[in-house]
Amino acid sequence: MPNLEAFQTATMGGFSAAHAGFVPAALAVSAFLFVLGAVGVFIRRNVITVMMCIELMLNAVNLAFVAFSRAHGTIDGQILVFFVFTVAAAEAAVGLAIVIALQRNREDLDVDSFNLLKG
Amino acid sequence: MILDVILFYGAAIVALASGISVISQRNPINSAFSLIVTMCSLAVMFAMLGSGFIAVLQVVVYAGAIMVLFLFVIMLLNAKQDEGDRAGGIGRAAVFLGIILAVQSVMVVTKGAQTLPEKHAVTVSADVARGLFSSPRFLYAFEATSILILSAMVGAIVVARKEKGK
Amino acid sequence: MENFLGANKDLAIDAFIAVLKIAVIFNALLGLFSLMTYIERRVLGFMQFRRGPNRTGPFGILQPAADGIKLFFKEELMPEGAHKFLFFAAPVVALITAYVSLAVVPYGGPLVLPFYGQVSLFGRPINLQMADLDVGVLFIFAITALGVYGIVFAGYASNSKYALIGGLRSSAQMFSYELALGMSWVSVIMAAGSFRLGDIVAAAERANPWVWFIMQFPAFVIYMIAAAAEVNRTPFDLPEGETELVAGFHVEYSSMKFALLQMAEYINMITVCALASNMFLGGWLSPLPGILPNSPLWFFAKMLFLLFVFIWVRATVPRFRYDQLMDFGWKRLIPAAAIWVVFFSGMTAFFGEKKAPPTTIATTVAPAAGQVSR
Repeated sequence: MPNLEAFQTATMGGFSAAHAGFVPAALAVSAFLFVLGAVGVFIRRNVITVMMCIELMLNAVNLAFVAFSRAHGTIDGQILVFFVFTVAAAEAAVGLAIVIALQRNREDLDVDSFNLLKG
Repeated sequence: MILDVILFYGAAIVALASGISVISQRNPINSAFSLIVTMCSLAVMFAMLGSGFIAVLQVVVYAGAIMVLFLFVIMLLNAKQDEGDRAGGIGRAAVFLGIILAVQSVMVVTKGAQTLPEKHAVTVSADVARGLFSSPRFLYAFEATSILILSAMVGAIVVARKEKGK
Repeated sequence: MENFLGANKDLAIDAFIAVLKIAVIFNALLGLFSLMTYIERRVLGFMQFRRGPNRTGPFGILQPAADGIKLFFKEELMPEGAHKFLFFAAPVVALITAYVSLAVVPYGGPLVLPFYGQVSLFGRPINLQMADLDVGVLFIFAITALGVYGIVFAGYASNSKYALIGGLRSSAQMFSYELALGMSWVSVIMAAGSFRLGDIVAAAERANPWVWFIMQFPAFVIYMIAAAAEVNRTPFDLPEGETELVAGFHVEYSSMKFALLQMAEYINMITVCALASNMFLGGWLSPLPGILPNSPLWFFAKMLFLLFVFIWVRATVPRFRYDQLMDFGWKRLIPAAAIWVVFFSGMTAFFGEKKAPPTTIATTVAPAAGQVSR
């Protein structure tokens, strides 16, 4: 009887990674992506692109959560990622609704042109 | 295994390249496409870090739903290309400080992560479900986020609706 | 080979077997796609009191070859001002997402040839499933969600108003019905206790396949309707109706890119029918459990029957108007699916884990616990 366990694991039965060592690299990628998103929020003029850079930051945070969940061996990091998904979806929906309302009223999606409250 | 290493580092390089492409493309559609590529490569990285369930959820929720929403809004509002720098020179300051922050954060993180414990946990979806529903604090947060999504949905519809009779 | 690769021997053997399976499945699907185009036109013809193509070759059997050659020799056009990269990438994305879903669908158990017994290559049994993912059903949902992008980018990159509107409508339709699609699977997953597609068939085997089908029948109906909308199939094919919207999102595509988009649509249809036959009809289980043996031929027979039902519906029903379509999806199908999920959860909770009718969920907890303790 062939070893079904090894066979299933070998055919990516549970996305197994037989050795660790990915955690520091994953955290480095997460840090770099977060900084990229933060820089993007500051240098882009289009509102929708700014929102996409915010989503990039949230993705970087997700990667950090999953990497730490792997490092500590608990499931809590992945559950928090689950919650980050839902909150990001809600925030994207409301943010884009606001963008639609802005476009309807001002015909302009430039971040620097919303300065009516400026003293 | 060699395949895991190739997949993980390949996905990491693709994620970084498309991340840079997100913030540097002029056309918002190109930015959105790069962000989709970033999210899918992050899903591969999640899978290599042992959580296949979160990897698939990332594709379903982020790349499959949120980015479709972004694309629809970009196409319907006919968003134009970006022109020039932000007012007040914060663009150039942001790039300069961003480079410093990137170098510092990557150095600090990789140095600090050397002392992390290495637990080889490959999790299945049953683990996530058990963790989510068995402990009271996550169960309460789960129910709260469902109400959050409902209120966000209602809020989005109200905000984006045309005023009647205006 | 065994003593040549040393430490990577297991990986090399698995890679070889995987490449073998991929080659077989890929070519089989290409063949099935071309056969489907022919069968559809013939069957539609007979249902409409005419014959389909019967000139090219005996009974028109060479019609797909003729279509392929014609499309191959057409001129490749790209509209002025089109987004060059996305114009090329859209059919590729559509086709890749259509094919990848079929990597997790099991066509049978371990391969057993009739007079040979169980086939084993390099000491491993050949499972008729390319990747036995722990989150199989969710993976297919993810790939279906990515399939929307093929259409969105095809519509946008064509730089044409008809194409853009057709693409947006089609993708809006697709992700509207995705919700009902996902919810229709929830009862199946609950009854099987696992996301693995092999476990779903195993749960259907424990309960009689007929009992499983009758128990999941409302979910099956919801699934077929949502799947027809996902694949842009009549009565939901407004985005590509030639009389309504000048062929919608693929109006600017010609020659091989158009062939790729058509291929993507047909392979999506095949995927959806394969999934239905796996989850609701019992996959490779035989309808007469004691008398006839289980075999992958049952799987293909059930899949072909569902494809015939799709063609039958196309010949019978007129297409929906777009607002009727969206109204049906959001206001009728999603509440129906939600009510079915609530009802089924209630039945599962009421009858308890050990006596849930008639698939005993307790017998699936043990394998699940076995997986977790790996």
